[in-house]
Amino acid sequence: MEELALHILDIAQNSIRAGARNVVVTVEEDAEADTITIVIKDDGSGMDEDMVRKLSDPFFTTRDTRDVGLGIPLFAQTAEMCGGNVEIDSESGRGTTVTARFRLNHIDRPPLGDMAATVWALITLNPKVEFEYSHSRDGAEFVVDTAEIKEFLGVRKLSSPKMAKYLKEYLAAGEERLVES
Amino acid sequence: MKLEDLKRAVEGDREVELEEGDARYIVAVAMGTCGVSAGARDILAALMDELAARDVSDVIVTQTGCMGMCDREPMFEVRTEGAGPVVYGDMTPSKTREVVAEHLVGGTPVEKYTV
Repeated sequence: MEELALHILDIAQNSIRAGARNVVVTVEEDAEADTITIVIKDDGSGMDEDMVRKLSDPFFTTRDTRDVGLGIPLFAQTAEMCGGNVEIDSESGRGTTVTARFRLNHIDRPPLGDMAATVWALITLNPKVEFEYSHSRDGAEFVVDTAEIKEFLGVRKLSSPKMAKYLKEYLAAGEERLVES
Repeated sequence: MKLEDLKRAVEGDREVELEEGDARYIVAVAMGTCGVSAGARDILAALMDELAARDVSDVIVTQTGCMGMCDREPMFEVRTEGAGPVVYGDMTPSKTREVVAEHLVGGTPVEKYTV
């Protein structure tokens, strides 16, 4: 993937497919420690130890349309290329947490990319799933909580084309403020 | 744009929330790893942007996984009652806008983009 934001979009799809009702995405950039930490946590069906062990095998998949499951292996490859790794913590019936931690200033680190667009895509495509997103960068933070936003706006869904248009502007502005701070 | 601005924008442009059963079309964008790496996020953006620009309020956009035709990504499927699903492949943002105009608004699938 060209952007870390695309890895995040891809991995979060696993959460959706696992039936998650709540997905938490956090991106923490720490220039002093030279680390970037990405967490995608869900309350979906989770996996047993056996399946977690198989996850890093690109030829393991739960789908039947093809014979490879590349999401986690590709993310792990990116993390390892940048001096880090991906850890999977999962419990059948409780959910899964994917944590990627690697060097922020590694020469091979792909750009974070368009996180606003990734978060926007997840929210727009999944009206019945609540998302909590937090992006922090050296003390500054941009936080998005779909349950709070829905309550504040007095709406049940954020997925219509019209709503999506405003949401996109809001997310882009939030990310921009963070980058400029 | 702060949260208060978002509220003002939404309140000034109120709409009735669409129920799944009332949608004229359901568009499922393929968001498997193959789709995401091929540009599905931009296809989704073009789709939603064109629907909003044309003030279409009876189309639901959702996602689906890999359809097993990874070399044809980005892809999306258009579902409607009374007709079989129409699967579009090798999509670009501009082709997507064409499909919105001719298929979702006009009612005629764009054969040249189907797989």
